[in-house]
Formats: sequence, C-alpha cells, structure tokens
Amino acid sequence: MTDHARISAPRRSLGPNVAGWLLVSPLALVLSAFLVLPVIMIVVVSFWGTTEFSIYPAFQFDNYAFLFGSEVTYRVFLNTFKYAVITWALTLGIGFTVAYFLAFHVRTQTWQIALFLLCTIPFLTSNIIRMISWIPFLGREGIANSALLSWGMIDAPLDWLLFSDFSVILAFVHLYTLFMVVPIFNTMMRIDRSLIEAANDAGASGWQTLAFVIVPLTKPGIMIGTIFVVTLVMGDFITVRFMSGSQSANVGRLISNDIALLQYPSASATAVVLLVVVLVVIGTLLRFVDIRREL
Amino acid sequence: MGPRPRSFYVLAAVFTLFVVFLYGPTVTIAILSFQGPQGGLTFPMRGTSLHWFRDLFEQQAVGDIWGAFRRSLILGLMVMIVTVVVSVMGGLAFRKRFHGSGALFYLMIAALVIPSILVSLGVGLLFGRAGLPVHWATSGFGAQLTWTLPFGLLIMFAVFNRFDPAFEEAARDLGASPWQTVRHVVLPIIAPSLIGVALFGFTLSYDEFARTLLTAGSYNTLPLEVYGMTTNVTSPVIFALGTLTTVFSFAVIGVFLGGALAMDRRRKTRAGGR
Repeated sequence: MTDHARISAPRRSLGPNVAGWLLVSPLALVLSAFLVLPVIMIVVVSFWGTTEFSIYPAFQFDNYAFLFGSEVTYRVFLNTFKYAVITWALTLGIGFTVAYFLAFHVRTQTWQIALFLLCTIPFLTSNIIRMISWIPFLGREGIANSALLSWGMIDAPLDWLLFSDFSVILAFVHLYTLFMVVPIFNTMMRIDRSLIEAANDAGASGWQTLAFVIVPLTKPGIMIGTIFVVTLVMGDFITVRFMSGSQSANVGRLISNDIALLQYPSASATAVVLLVVVLVVIGTLLRFVDIRREL
Repeated sequence: MGPRPRSFYVLAAVFTLFVVFLYGPTVTIAILSFQGPQGGLTFPMRGTSLHWFRDLFEQQAVGDIWGAFRRSLILGLMVMIVTVVVSVMGGLAFRKRFHGSGALFYLMIAALVIPSILVSLGVGLLFGRAGLPVHWATSGFGAQLTWTLPFGLLIMFAVFNRFDPAFEEAARDLGASPWQTVRHVVLPIIAPSLIGVALFGFTLSYDEFARTLLTAGSYNTLPLEVYGMTTNVTSPVIFALGTLTTVFSFAVIGVFLGGALAMDRRRKTRAGGR
C-alpha cells in the first residue's frame, strides 16, 4: 500500500506551464525572430521615405497614399483574387475527386498508401523545375500545339498556351492540387463507414450519399485545403512571373518589382496591405473549422 | 466485396489522368535533357546525347551549380535536424494546455499563411538594419524554418491525436520518470512519423525559393541558381539540371520511405515474435 502510494504519487515534476514553455521555447524563439520581428519591421519600413538612392526612417503615409491612389493597385489586387478563385475552384474539383477515389474506391490499405504517395511525391520536388517542365508542352512549337495541328483541330499554333493567364492557372493547379487532396483525403478516411451503409440501407442513391453524407462530413478537410491553396496563390510571385512571361501581374509581383528597384518602403506598404487581406480571408475561413481537432 | 460499380472506372480514369498531369511534364524534360548537341527546348529530338549533362560538370559553362548544390544540401540537413527536434518538443508541449498555447498555435498557423515574400523581405530588412550579415546559413536558415516548423508541428499534432496515452500511463505506473517515458516509450512509438517530419524538413528546404530569395546573401542555393538560369539559359542544359535535381529528390524520398518501411517491418516481426 505504501509502496503503491509512493509510486503513483505525483513525481516532483515541473508544472504544466513551465514544462510546456520549456518545450516550446525553441519554436517560440524561431517564430519571434524570423516571423514576428520581420513583420513588425515591414510595418515600420512601410512608413519610411525613399530618395532616389536610399531609404530613410520617417513616419509618413506617402507609400500608402500612392498605393491607394493608383489605379494599378486595384487592378492587380483584382487579378490576384481572380487567380485565387479560379485556382481554388479547379483544385477543389480535382482534389475532391482524387481524394474520393482514394478513400472510397481503393479497397486495400496498401494500394491506398501507394497511390497516396504517388500523388504526394511531386510536392517534394522543386516547384521551379515543375514550372520549367511545362515549356516543352505549351510553347509555340510545343507538344500541345504540334498535336493539335497534326490532328487538324487548329490551323495555326495557339499563342495563348504559354505566357498567359491560362499557363499561370495551369501551373497553379499543377503545383497546388496536392494541398487539397491531402486534407480532404485525411478527413474522408475518418468518416465512419457505417454512416454510408446506413445511407445505402435507407435507400439513398450514390449521388445522394455523396451530396448529403460525404460532402458535409468532408467540409473541414475542404476548408483546410482552401486555406492552403488561397494563401499560396495570393502570396505567390514567382509562378505568375515565370508562367506569364512577365505579362500578367499579381500583388506578389508588385512587391518583388519594388524590391528589385530597392524601393523597400513601397514594397513594405504593399506587403502590409497584402498581409491584411490574406489574414482577413483566412480569419473568415477559420471560423468554419477547428483546425486542431481535424488533424 | 461486390463487383466494382461503374463509377469506379470513371474515377480510376480521372485519377490516372491526374497522375499523368502530375508526372507528364517532369518525364518530358527528363527525355528532352538527352537532346543532341543541336537540340532545342522542345521536340523533335535531334539525336540523343549526354551533351547537356556534360555541360553541367564544366564549371564555367553554367555558373556555380555544384557550390549551390552543396549549400542547399547542408542547409537542408540543418533545417531537417532542427525541424525534427523542435517539432517533437512542440508536439509534446501542445498535448497539454499551458498559458499562451492558444496564441502560439495561431502564430504557427500565421507562419503557414503569411505570404513567403513577406518573410523574405522582412528577414532581409531586419538583418540589413541590424547590421547582421545576410547569409544562407543564418537568415536563410531562419526564414526556411518559419515554413518547415509549422509543417512538422502539423504532422506531430496528427500523430499525437492518434496516440494512445495508456502506454505512458503504464510507463508511469511502472515508475518511469517523465524523461524515461518520453525516451523509452513515446519516441520509439512515434519514430516512423519522425522520418516523415525529417523528409518534409529536408525537401521543403532543399526546394525553397521565395523565402531564400532575399535572405541567402551572396551565395545562391540551388533553387536560386536554377531560377537565375531560367532568365539567361535557353538550352536543354536547364532540363538536364532539372532532371538531376529531381532524380536526387526522388532518391532522397526513396531512402526516407525505405527507412520508414524497414522500421515498420522490424517492429511487426518483433511484435509477432513475442
């Protein structure tokens, strides 16, 4: 009895607060130094002034006044939203279908894991290389044009295949559909299969089961995928630049152009506005899902 | 299991198309990288040769890609180790509520959603203003961690959500100290997932472009070098480089997955033996 009491008595351990903080201190340190401080720095610099050769500390609203006074800003933000919405719709459609196939039509776990990995592996390779690899497909003399020409479907090579909005969105879908597949698949795998049997027994058709059982239960995964895709597309600058041949613009390119001209205050002001917009969008989406519970 | 419904075949076709869509372009540039010396960026192939691969090994032809590769490799390993250690610590901590855990959780989500160019710009500005040298192993390293750590933590959350606390309780009842419990019970159980975290840490770092753009300083990492090439190289040498790094990535993924598989198998035989 005394023995048992001694063993199960709470050991002299640190309280949950101290232990927790000790364990997360490296994480907190990294995020403070490389995320919080840099964002504060950007906010500060967004109020600074610029001369032709340098930037100087100040507290002025010139950068914002210029930003909001320029018609280009609104056009570029609108374009950014356009990319985000189109990419979101396409990745959701493809991602849901692929995840649904993996979760409900592939019957053995070994095959499920194998096919899931097959979808995941490209995500672990270089985005830039994956963008470059569209060139032989989409160029004027590329595979797509020569195929269409030889099939007689077109008379002259299509110009809009490469370096256009089409190729930008194609690349986005190519790069980011995975971010939809993974969370949706994860949520689908946690759906209790007896619910689907119950729907079948109650006389629901396949489509009805899909629409009234599976889709509602998959919503958290859809939300998480949406958050990933929307933020990745809205924050992108390299895909738009590369795949549009510098012909289209989004907010990220606006920022990177300013950076290239060493106009850091102006770049910072645009970055702050972008950050606010992204946080508002994500904040809204987060109201519909409890991420921690869904992992 | 009854016969497969017709929808199976439709969906299987869609899935196959998706896989072709994912891998097709990569396979195409792999083929095109064997272009003959007169070949261009697209078909037809003008002969086959290793000409463009040879070009990669001639230092002056395409810049310092081997130096860039070495830097990316070292940086990837640094990021991998730190990501695994910090994610495990964070994952353990987040199992209990502590003061500020909610705020820190949302900070982690913020790290995932804040556009990469902001991290790059902010870290670059901060180091510049603080008079610290901007270098891939310092500012670049930290900037990449803001992306790999949240991923590592998400995986740890998923792992610990499925973790049976009975094992720990048993260890505690047998008199194990908290450290012994972690060392001899928790870590061995989660070890295969740690391989996943390590794989993410390494590959995300190895391929990262945006976060290193303004934080790498004067020495490029491999993705920066590749990006530089896209603006001034118009020969299949860039396909050869793309093919080589992709093959390298596949090899790394293969090694990690093989490791996870071997660990799983060993565990099963052991469990079966008892």
